[in-house]
Amino acid sequence: MALPTLSRPFFRGRAPFSAYDVPVAAGILALAAITVHVGSRMAAPAVPETLTIDLSPWSVPYYALRSTARMFLAYFAALAFTFTYGSIAAHSRRAERVLMPLLDILQSIPVLGFLSATIGAFIALFPGSVLGMELASIFAIFTSQAWNMAFSFFQSVRAIPRDLIESAAIHRLTPFQRFARLEVPYAMNGLVWNSMVSFGGGWFFLAASEAITVLGQDIRLPGLGSYLATAVQAGDFGAIGIAIGTTVLVVVGVDFLFFRPFLAWAQKFSTSGALDEDCESSILTAIQRSRLVEFLGERVATPVTDLFVNRIPARLAARRVRTAAAGTPWLRTYGTRVFLAAAGALILWHGVRGATALVAGIDASDVTDVLLAGLATLARVLATVAIASIVWVPIGTFIGARPGLARRIRPIIQLGAAFPANLVFPLLVLAFVRVGVDLSWGSVLLMLLATQWYVLFNVIVGVMSVPQDLLEVGRVFRLSRWQRFRRVTAPVLLPFWVTGALTAAGGAWNASIVAEVARVGDSELFTFGLGSYMAQATIAGDWPGIVLSIVTMAAFVVATNRLLWRRLYVYAEEHLGREE
Amino acid sequence: MNAPAQRPVIIETREVSKWYEGSAGRQRIVVLDQIDLAVREGEILALLGPSGSGKTTLLRTVAGLVEPSGGEVLYHGKPLRGVNPGVSIVFQSFALFPWLSVLENVMLGLEAQGMARKEAREKAVSAIDMIGLDGFEDAFPRELSGGMKQRVGFARALVMEPEVLCMDEPFSGLDVLTAENLRGEMLDLWLERKIPTKSVFLVTHSIEEAVLMADRVVILWHNPGRIAQVMDVTLSHPRDRKSPAFHKIVDGIYTVLTRPAELQSQGRMRPLALRRFQKLPHARVGALTGLVELLHDRGGKEDIYELETDLGLEADDLLPLTEAASTLGLATIREGDIALTDLGLRYIDGDILERKEVFCEAVAANVVLVNQVLQALRSSRRQSMDEEFFLELLENHFTREEAERQMETAIDWGRHAELFAYDEEAGELFLEKPEAGQEAVEGEETGE
Repeated sequence: MALPTLSRPFFRGRAPFSAYDVPVAAGILALAAITVHVGSRMAAPAVPETLTIDLSPWSVPYYALRSTARMFLAYFAALAFTFTYGSIAAHSRRAERVLMPLLDILQSIPVLGFLSATIGAFIALFPGSVLGMELASIFAIFTSQAWNMAFSFFQSVRAIPRDLIESAAIHRLTPFQRFARLEVPYAMNGLVWNSMVSFGGGWFFLAASEAITVLGQDIRLPGLGSYLATAVQAGDFGAIGIAIGTTVLVVVGVDFLFFRPFLAWAQKFSTSGALDEDCESSILTAIQRSRLVEFLGERVATPVTDLFVNRIPARLAARRVRTAAAGTPWLRTYGTRVFLAAAGALILWHGVRGATALVAGIDASDVTDVLLAGLATLARVLATVAIASIVWVPIGTFIGARPGLARRIRPIIQLGAAFPANLVFPLLVLAFVRVGVDLSWGSVLLMLLATQWYVLFNVIVGVMSVPQDLLEVGRVFRLSRWQRFRRVTAPVLLPFWVTGALTAAGGAWNASIVAEVARVGDSELFTFGLGSYMAQATIAGDWPGIVLSIVTMAAFVVATNRLLWRRLYVYAEEHLGREE
Repeated sequence: MNAPAQRPVIIETREVSKWYEGSAGRQRIVVLDQIDLAVREGEILALLGPSGSGKTTLLRTVAGLVEPSGGEVLYHGKPLRGVNPGVSIVFQSFALFPWLSVLENVMLGLEAQGMARKEAREKAVSAIDMIGLDGFEDAFPRELSGGMKQRVGFARALVMEPEVLCMDEPFSGLDVLTAENLRGEMLDLWLERKIPTKSVFLVTHSIEEAVLMADRVVILWHNPGRIAQVMDVTLSHPRDRKSPAFHKIVDGIYTVLTRPAELQSQGRMRPLALRRFQKLPHARVGALTGLVELLHDRGGKEDIYELETDLGLEADDLLPLTEAASTLGLATIREGDIALTDLGLRYIDGDILERKEVFCEAVAANVVLVNQVLQALRSSRRQSMDEEFFLELLENHFTREEAERQMETAIDWGRHAELFAYDEEAGELFLEKPEAGQEAVEGEETGE
């Protein structure tokens, strides 16, 4: 009669084991074994044996695991960053005024540009171990994920409805309880989607950061990116095929084993009340039906979280009330001040260092060179967005108008967006050389390959959100196909397209660093542009050149965002958006 | 009931004021103005007032969620700092955590205080049982109807065993029947002393609800929020809506609420209060015309409470219309009754064009803001003005939100009267026919 409740004795009337326990237990054991195995090798001594890539197909699974481990470590670091940075910014107006613009700048700094510099720094931290190089790679991936996620978390926390905040206050939740029981759950949905996008973008940085040249020395971290680079260098097409196939498998596998279940689980935190039927995961079902997991949850996880989320904070809060009658939340005062001071000092220190280096080593001709190179790359970026739009807006409109097709195609687009296009750059460059395409044009194609998906994806989502009744009105009035697009679809689509184009442009800037430079056999090809300027400066160890080009690229990105994309977006929202 | 004034006081507000500083050079916006109020043991206290009167702000001040700008809140005689430990709140919007089950939602506050899980669970389960939700412990809020969600809201508040149960329009998010049912059950729990709560503090905009439940009704006026009157309701429970005694109290409240603005400002020293500015009731011309027609059909005079019940309208929806009719001189309000004036009769008898003329006349003679807009437009060389200009002026008297609402009403009325036109995209007001015979308006500065 009554539904089962938590107050019932545990396990009563149910079998103590379920069929799901076997695969779940096997999964847990496999995960533990992989963690130990890969973890122990990440700190191996940096001798040639540990850094030589073996092209035998049998070593590919191991490389795939190393690459995946890097991705996850970077992701967890980004998550930790998100929770601290986002929380601090969300809880103090004063911190927000510093942290949010800073995030905006960080977002536009092309980290790939100074990868060799960060590698140098990390190697110096862990001399004689591959750990330094590992960390440099992880850091590069981290930078591609963290800013986005922190921003999303900040926005979610700020969007928490007032009555939920008051409800938390009236139930006397401590700041940490509020974080754990209100803010993180509330932000969860946005965080999952953002994680998926950021993680997808991370593969590009993984591929770019595994095999690089620092001061004339080749560094090859064990991983899929290095494997492919070695295969291209050796001209081993079999190995190239295996590497690309494996990458596809890994991207799909991570999605299936991690993000699908994560997304399905996060449905629980949906604040709109509606559940997305698409978000189901057999993995999650298996985990949820496993008695083993239920047992661990009830007997281990729940008491432990209760202890750390409720008991200890409550006791601490009680003590704080006793000692200081009018206590202010720690985030507001001490922590924020220390953090701000530290951040300020760090910025100042780097600013002073960068400035002196710049002043010392730059003359006027360098500046004009860099600006011209910037304009060249800007032209390529805009060409990339234009071509992507011309190709994908019509196709996206076609797909978006057919929801069934769109649903079937979605995983393919996600795969396309996540697959690190730079893995296949070397192959395409070979083809360019064969056919005789100049790299200054070829690089546009490379950038297009890396970023077109954002346009397509957003266009499809936009077209799908066109209200059905408006389309019907169009049909009733016998508008032609073009008129229907112009009058009904386009106004709704525009903001979505702007979002896609903005993301694509950001990706294209990053891609230019790898796309304007190519290596064919033993010779390097460069084409005129900011990306290649940066790459050349890096190889030459020309510090003023590196700093100058990075600052210029960041300035270009910020300027186009402010002057072009943001204005377009505001225009789209205000004048063509729907009512309200 | 023993004499209300002798019951022990739990929470007291002493000259509590709340204001928001306007930005540079602006006057401050006063939401609450020197409120003296005592929440006593053993009573249901209803706080009643039109929207924008600061009732919700007052509730939050009592709960310690909002700090007063002036005056102080006493809890058992001691100044309150931070969240009031003796209070829990039932929210209008339920404010349940969507990711927690019913049981987890109810347990939240107990757990947050570090209560052992087993004990917390037992308490929560018994609260859920009491509120009639057995069997739904594991359900999530999204699976529940509005009424059931609010039951969870009650269980969550009651499980904390608060001395004062604050309710912020707890039934207004529900449909009429569900609200009626839940209200009755809550009242039973209270009257039969099944809950340890010592006092209930109810914020509502429904006059009927206040009279049905409360032992004492406090009426707030708006702009700024100030106590207009306190009424004791001594009717025995269950109260009969149809009884003459009930009707008399409701009428009395209507009389207070519809008292003209000039009277509202009398009778008290108000150092905080500022120059009074005509506040337009937010009423659309279409609805206003509907009201005038209805009055005409009913013989030109009607009891407002009667109108409210017959139309199935909340006081919050009806009062702006009656107020607008009286501001424009189309009707007069006295003692809770509304009656058409001669102008109102002329309005209703005319055809579309004549109605426009009457409306134009009424607006020009009575609405300060529309006249100010007109004067500004005439004196501007381009005969057009940015809407923002007026909004900024209005922000001297109102919050941004209210300023926008004022402007919206003025634009609606001014457009309807064909006094000026408005371009929404450009946010611009302009004269349609520059200087074309609107002498009637000249020099008609009313109000101040």
